[in-house]
Amino acid sequence: MTTTNAPQTQPPRAVRRLGDRLFAGSARGAGVLILLVLAGVAAFLVIDAVPALVAPAREVPGGRGVLPYVGPLLFGTVLAAAIALVVATPLGVAIALFLTHYAPRRLATGLAYVVDLLAAIPSIVYGFWGIVWLAPRLVPFYRWTEAHLGFLPFFAGPASVTGKTMFTAGLVLAVMVLPIITAISREVFAQVPTLHREAALALGATRWEMIRMAVLPYGRSGIIGGAMLGLGRALGETLAIALVLSVSAGTVTFNLISSTNPSTIAANIALQFPESSGIDVNTLIASGLALFLVTLAVNVIARAVVNRRADFSGAN
Amino acid sequence: MTLRTLSRATAVSAALAGTLALTACGASNETSKDSSGAAGGAAKLSGTINGAGSSAQQAAMQGWAAGFSGVQSGVTVNYDPVGSGGGREQFLAGGVDFAGSDSALDDEELTKAKERCGDAGVFELPNYISAIAVVYNLPGVDQLNLKPATIAGIFAGKITKWDDKAIAADNPDAKLPSTTITPVHRSDDSGTTKNFTDYLSKVAGDVWTDEAAGVWPLKTGESGNGTSGLISSVKGGEGTIGYADESQAGDLGIAKIGVGTEFVAPSREAAAKVVEGSKIKSGRGEFDFAYDVNRATTSTDEYPLVLVSYHIGCVQYDDKDTAGLVKAFEEYVVSSEGQQAAADAAGSAPISDNLRDQAMTAVNAITTAG
Repeated sequence: MTTTNAPQTQPPRAVRRLGDRLFAGSARGAGVLILLVLAGVAAFLVIDAVPALVAPAREVPGGRGVLPYVGPLLFGTVLAAAIALVVATPLGVAIALFLTHYAPRRLATGLAYVVDLLAAIPSIVYGFWGIVWLAPRLVPFYRWTEAHLGFLPFFAGPASVTGKTMFTAGLVLAVMVLPIITAISREVFAQVPTLHREAALALGATRWEMIRMAVLPYGRSGIIGGAMLGLGRALGETLAIALVLSVSAGTVTFNLISSTNPSTIAANIALQFPESSGIDVNTLIASGLALFLVTLAVNVIARAVVNRRADFSGAN
Repeated sequence: MTLRTLSRATAVSAALAGTLALTACGASNETSKDSSGAAGGAAKLSGTINGAGSSAQQAAMQGWAAGFSGVQSGVTVNYDPVGSGGGREQFLAGGVDFAGSDSALDDEELTKAKERCGDAGVFELPNYISAIAVVYNLPGVDQLNLKPATIAGIFAGKITKWDDKAIAADNPDAKLPSTTITPVHRSDDSGTTKNFTDYLSKVAGDVWTDEAAGVWPLKTGESGNGTSGLISSVKGGEGTIGYADESQAGDLGIAKIGVGTEFVAPSREAAAKVVEGSKIKSGRGEFDFAYDVNRATTSTDEYPLVLVSYHIGCVQYDDKDTAGLVKAFEEYVVSSEGQQAAADAAGSAPISDNLRDQAMTAVNAITTAG
């Protein structure tokens, strides 16, 4: 905002050329367009969701209304994304710390490139990897957890024999969001003022203590922002989940290792839409609206968290 | 001469549009085939037919499109496998010329069809019949006999071990392990699931209490996305059991299902036979051959667990060209060559001669309105 206002106030006599006007107009148009697109998507979702919201409960798939239909899906979506974040955030931060503070420069550059490359792999490939490679290899682990940790509700079992569980889906998502969290944490850690770090070291701190005292507090907003962006991707992930997760309609369970899992909103839309018609489609769109609102909320919170600390971080 | 230029132009534009390579091939051979004429001495046609619907018919439709281009090289058949529901919707809205659907039109859709097609109504032809196999993965057990009530019990989660008494009773020679049974169902909305649950509810209603549905009604069991996802889940686990198109079973074990007092393995002949022995739903149009498949048959040369997929179109089209094209295409599809092409491409069961004769009455009735 300040940058666009500045040139208008400074020169006493502004020369407005045609090129200036055209450029300003097209730039403004592009800015307005993105708002229109967003508003258009929101309007589409609301308008097409309404028939499902007002329809009698028994006509909605599942026969109990929109909320009992969307609720378990929303639960599944959040659960899968939560597993992904719990796994990926510490790992991503650790990788970023290694890249910025431990690895030799040459290795760090190469490794950072590889991590960025992970983000470029299409999600369907992760899905294949999950179903063909990862899931069967996790089956013995699930058997073990069922036998030894079965008293926890997460591992109550019965353990899946194919490995297509909520836990597997969460792990696949974790690998997918890892590059996002790593990249953003790395950027922030790299910007920690050298003076802070040297001051900590000069006081006799070890490298780990220096990281704890200078790097992590400085980078906290970056970590949170990265995790929130990762969460956004995990919430919306469709194909990998549709391939990997064994789902049952309307389930709500914290049991992570059984065959019976709640689906996620995005995967459910992908799976059910092709054979849907009439009110079924409206119900799917209503579930899409719920996902839209959740991702919007996540992004707003992420922005707020990052901005709250931006004033003194110097990152922006 | 004009006709030839026209069809060549169509072929060029079709090739440019990047439609089916096969159709384009057929069209480029056109000059040499000019004299051979079309089947049944029908006039040479050109144009495009658009269909949409069931993804179960996709492979068969590719076989039909390729085969039909050999008969009518100037005609392009486009089929969008959007799913049965989407196909019916597009057809009723007038977006496509015909729909492929795993279930017949319901009453509400029949009312809409009156607007789409006029008073002459629709034709519904059971052109794609395919046996659904109960597939399982249980090392050491090559043959398995399952009564309908046992299948229902397994998929309902009431029979949980492979050495359960109900299974052992029908398989005295098999060495059944005590492995846990993992039933696998489809995670997507599918015609296969609808036919499977319809079968269970009709033949084992006291065990299977849910109605026929495209979406798996229970909360138990493992799931896979699409036929391939289901097959890979059954293959991936031990003690798994699922249901899939017989042609997709691969090297998995295929259970024989109880019919009457015997056990019958899925086969093309037995699948076609059960449809022939079934009743047409009453109170519908003259050419509306929607079937209530006789799931409870006791005749041991019939296999009642089948998927029947229809071609749905108008008996009267407003447009003369469309009527001619749909007529020629459906004539090819129900012909023995057409049914064989589908069997080769998709592993479906060719319809019987009686069904063909019945379908031909509908095909011959396709006309232009007014």
